[in-house]
Amino acid sequence: MKAPLSPERFESQAAEALNDTQLQDALQKATGLFAEKRGAAVDACEEWDSLREHARLIKEHTLLHLDEYLENFAAQAEASGVQVHWARDGEEACRVIEDIARNANATRLVKSKSMTTEEIHLNKALQVAEIDPVETDLGEWIIQLAGETPSHIIAPAIHKSKEQIADLFVEKLAIEPTTEVEELAATARKSLRRHFAEADLGVSGVNFAVAETGSILILENEGNARMTTTLPKIHIALMGVEKVIPRFADLAVFLRLLPRSGTGQKITTYQSILTGNPRPSDEEGPNQIHVVILDNGRTGMLAKAVTRQALNCIRCGACLNVCPVYQQVGGHAYGSVYPGPIGAVITPQLTGIEKTSRLPFASSLCGACRDACPVGIDIPELLLHLRAEIISRQSRLSARIAFRMWAWAMVKPWRYSLSTNLARAFPFLLPVGRWKVNRSFPGLAPNSFRKWWKDSS
Amino acid sequence: MRVSLFVSCLVDQVRPEAGISAVKVLKQAGCDVSFPQGQTCCGQPAFNSGHLPEACRVASSFLEVFADAEVIVVPSGSCAAMISHMPSLFAEGSREKELAEAIARKTHEFSSFLVNNLGVQNLGARFAGRVVWHDACHALRDLHIKSGPRRLLAEVEDLELVNWSASDACCGFGGTFAVKHPDISVAILDSKLKELETLGVDAVASGDAGCLMQIEGRLDRQRSSIQGLHLAEILASR
Repeated sequence: MKAPLSPERFESQAAEALNDTQLQDALQKATGLFAEKRGAAVDACEEWDSLREHARLIKEHTLLHLDEYLENFAAQAEASGVQVHWARDGEEACRVIEDIARNANATRLVKSKSMTTEEIHLNKALQVAEIDPVETDLGEWIIQLAGETPSHIIAPAIHKSKEQIADLFVEKLAIEPTTEVEELAATARKSLRRHFAEADLGVSGVNFAVAETGSILILENEGNARMTTTLPKIHIALMGVEKVIPRFADLAVFLRLLPRSGTGQKITTYQSILTGNPRPSDEEGPNQIHVVILDNGRTGMLAKAVTRQALNCIRCGACLNVCPVYQQVGGHAYGSVYPGPIGAVITPQLTGIEKTSRLPFASSLCGACRDACPVGIDIPELLLHLRAEIISRQSRLSARIAFRMWAWAMVKPWRYSLSTNLARAFPFLLPVGRWKVNRSFPGLAPNSFRKWWKDSS
Repeated sequence: MRVSLFVSCLVDQVRPEAGISAVKVLKQAGCDVSFPQGQTCCGQPAFNSGHLPEACRVASSFLEVFADAEVIVVPSGSCAAMISHMPSLFAEGSREKELAEAIARKTHEFSSFLVNNLGVQNLGARFAGRVVWHDACHALRDLHIKSGPRRLLAEVEDLELVNWSASDACCGFGGTFAVKHPDISVAILDSKLKELETLGVDAVASGDAGCLMQIEGRLDRQRSSIQGLHLAEILASR
């Protein structure tokens, strides 16, 4: 059996991904297509830059008054009949959801796509509690069948080809072999309809939570979130504390940014605005609505402006699609729930740097993520901030000595000349071994620029 | 105009011809060029690797060397971007922060200085060949340098600037990233270079010696005849 993915093994997981030709093909096609569609949608939106800045300011304001807006949201939601729960961490959130299920004798559960439920490993916890969760987003359902984890924030099965999905369906669902997309989708629909009809409980995520009205918003393209939140008698929505926005009118900004950034759509096929109002038991629709508000490390990011900005994230996945590293290694290489540039900056902050210290270094600092981000997160700035924090706490002695020596040489021109001339005489002193694995190294020039300057003046 | 040249450690030690060419071009454009002898490195390798105390020491020494400069010109987008980040290294209200801010204001990347400060485009250069431009990430995304180098190249006699769909894609260099993650670094580059052989070009030009070392190193390993050239080298050729 393969070892479970871990952020501690970024290098080996990335190497594996680079050697997987099928994965390379799938990644290139999918990220290319997403980035292209996003580019076209953004180009067609004249006020894009002002929308982004507006969104960033709303987020910044909200995060600086997060306690107030969360309390407003909770009060409004409760006034509309929603039961609000607060969870300090993932374990607490899982326990809240298990308890709701247990109290209602619910064992059959459908889920719509939610990265936050992935973050708290809800499915695992539910299975331990003998509750059977069924993912209903097509991509999520595919990877649940395959026993895998999402490799992209909005396209969880991005790493799989049509053929692999067909093989999976043949193996797990005993269908006739086919690679017709319509037939595969029909297979999924047939299987999922049954689960929707039988489910006691629906769990969803939240894209935005409006403090002013207590409403939650869910954007999707398949209709499965609409069904998850309206068919079962109990609906539980899980949200991170950062999902709250002050006013209903603020949606006018975010609803234009998110679909364009995520899939290049002007608008998603379904936009569900749910404002409490549970129905009596004999009517259609849920008679219990719960919202679980999760911290799980988020409030620890509020103190500094540089770390706080990561809470602006609306989980569109645009930074993944444009990231040269993600494009090559895919999501599983990161070994964390959230992959790519945004994953590399939020994972260490949510779970601590001890086991995630490799992630902030998995970037060429090209800045494409910053340009693509619809809410103005300066991801390279955050990567640099985290690198410095990691180095100050756990750098290897050899690296520290190397950089001390380097700085010693660089602060005085005579030491600089001495060391560069030494390296010129003894090229093996240059720490470029791994460069030469796949590239020629020019070596130092026989004569430096400064020598030319001196000689010619 | 009196110009202090910061050549960068990479140009000084690995690609001196880029620096020599920059001097020629700046003189041609009417500048009085000086080379402050105390200069070494801007501190970027340590800054990008998270070794901030060392980055601060090297940046401080850079600031001392260039404290009296009127204008600083750098034939590297990433070093120019590093200089623009320098104020963030020092404490609010410190003398060094003030100095770093003043120096950041008077520092210009080479192509940007020619186009935006001197207003020159045609420097009488002649280079026979088909050339693609590589937008170095820090020049493109930190300093927003995009049209300037293309305008300069378009004026070079006999040079054909070929459109390259991957011109703004990262080359995978990223400083220490290229050595820390050599396989990912080259996978990124190979994906960028995929289309290059079909374009029938003679050279890839860029404004950053780091990117050029990466691109040339790979092309050379693949026995390609395409060479790498710094913008200054093209603008200085006759």
